[in-house]
Amino acid sequence: MRLVRYVPAVLVLVVAGLPLAVPWLKIVLTVALAKGLAVLGVVVLLRAGQVSFGHAMFFAASAYSAAFLMQGFAGADLVVLLLAGMVCSGTIGAVIGLFVVRYRYIFFGMLNLAFSMVLYALLEKMFHITGGSDGMAVGRPTYLGLELGRTSFETALFYTSLGLAGAACWFVHRFLRSPLGEALSAIRTNETRLEYLGISARWILLIAYVLSAVLAGLGGSIIAVNQGVVTPDLGYWIRSGEFVFIAILGGAGHVLGAFAGALVYELVRFYAAAMAADVWQMILGFVLLGIILFASRGIVGLYRDLAALTPGPRGHREPLR
Amino acid sequence: MSGTLLEASNLHISFGGVTAADGIDLEVFNGERLAIIGPNGAGKTTFLNICTGYLSPSAGSVRFGERDITAMAPRAITRMGIARAFQTPQLFHDQRVIDNLLLAAAARQRTWNPFRPLQDLPERDEMLDLLELCGLAELSTQMINELPEGNRKLVDIAVALALRPQLLLMDEPTSGVSTLEKFRIMDLLVEALAVQGVTSVFVEHDMEVVKRYADRVAVWSAGRIQSVGPPDQVLADPSVMRDVIGI
Repeated sequence: MRLVRYVPAVLVLVVAGLPLAVPWLKIVLTVALAKGLAVLGVVVLLRAGQVSFGHAMFFAASAYSAAFLMQGFAGADLVVLLLAGMVCSGTIGAVIGLFVVRYRYIFFGMLNLAFSMVLYALLEKMFHITGGSDGMAVGRPTYLGLELGRTSFETALFYTSLGLAGAACWFVHRFLRSPLGEALSAIRTNETRLEYLGISARWILLIAYVLSAVLAGLGGSIIAVNQGVVTPDLGYWIRSGEFVFIAILGGAGHVLGAFAGALVYELVRFYAAAMAADVWQMILGFVLLGIILFASRGIVGLYRDLAALTPGPRGHREPLR
Repeated sequence: MSGTLLEASNLHISFGGVTAADGIDLEVFNGERLAIIGPNGAGKTTFLNICTGYLSPSAGSVRFGERDITAMAPRAITRMGIARAFQTPQLFHDQRVIDNLLLAAAARQRTWNPFRPLQDLPERDEMLDLLELCGLAELSTQMINELPEGNRKLVDIAVALALRPQLLLMDEPTSGVSTLEKFRIMDLLVEALAVQGVTSVFVEHDMEVVKRYADRVAVWSAGRIQSVGPPDQVLADPSVMRDVIGI
């Protein structure tokens, strides 16, 4: 049972090594990591007890920013695309955030959904600019100034995504343990006391909202260059629901859960679609039902339960928050 | 007593047909402990709510030091130096006692470095000292939702004191606890207030507590102040005993 404590490290190594053994899988894993970043954004807001049903808008906005950049500056670098995507989603997040952080719970969720549907409609209807439902092609950018072939680029993109996911996990983990992160959690438990400490709950939520938008934007940029095409579907409400779904699957409110959930989701989806093309959504539904009924704290909760059974200090440590 | 710290002038506020403040004039002096007594519905908590920005009066003003704080937001008033403890403790129930205080310290210092864990704030030792002062040192790592009501009340007050306020407003700090517990809480509270040099106003129903711990007492009745003065003088007034205490 002691081996249980090494499971996360082993899984990271397995994910890092998988593309070497099964090269075609790196596309699926990159998609999972990109979605994991967006889910991490959702997880940040879950700390404040707020669920966003519209975070796909940031995913789509930065994906389209990558498409526009590649259209305007052919041969732009991946680093530039990623940075531009984060700036774009962060800016949109700050503007929309100023409005939505005034609301809580169902109103917060629905307002995010409403904004995302406005963006979706714009992407659909502004055919001459966005390509409508056909979307836009995204050429292959250079990688740190190097022009790589398709396979090499996909490999580089996968490992870059893995590194960015690790860095994002570390940053969000630190953020949530900082006074800002603790104040964010306090919005969920007692907003009145927060105000009587002299802290603006709206301001704290706005900072978290912009951070979550930037994370979703980073995922959007990665998915754009990974797929080579962007369509309005990236910003559709079903995509936003998918992020919430993955957050619950991974373990609501947990940093590592975002990526664990995204990996399981993408792999289940991939294999279910390959082996049972007509009923893969039903299989996913059963997986979520199983998680809610038998492991309501998600994959990370399952892991913790196993780790708690393990003798030794790990089982008694404070939870990673 | 030296100098006026808080001054409420001609405060008015009504809720439908109920008048909760009908021309309230009250001064709170530096360094004193002022008790507010009166029957339920007299407007005692409403007064605290106006002073801390939760309610805006329909007329009148509140001055804190040299500044008019009428209708300012609670967080702005808190930052100016008025802290509040509630009748029902307002705490972060899924956090530990020390975390509640550290968050208050972070708010006071405006320490928002996203890379520094709350646990590593330089004010940690100061907060542990404050917990010791409040008789809560043993409970620093306890979760709030595991504490009995009396200790929650003390933690609520400790959180307010962590802000290092000039003035602390407390709404029934000893309600809902046993008589023995009441005096324990008040003894600890009075010592903490003295050490930190904090002026205080507290709403109280127990006349023993008022007699023992207040420097002055203000008697509320139907949104008005019936009398203000030293406890032995005010509580000796038969009309106060009859109208307010019901004896």
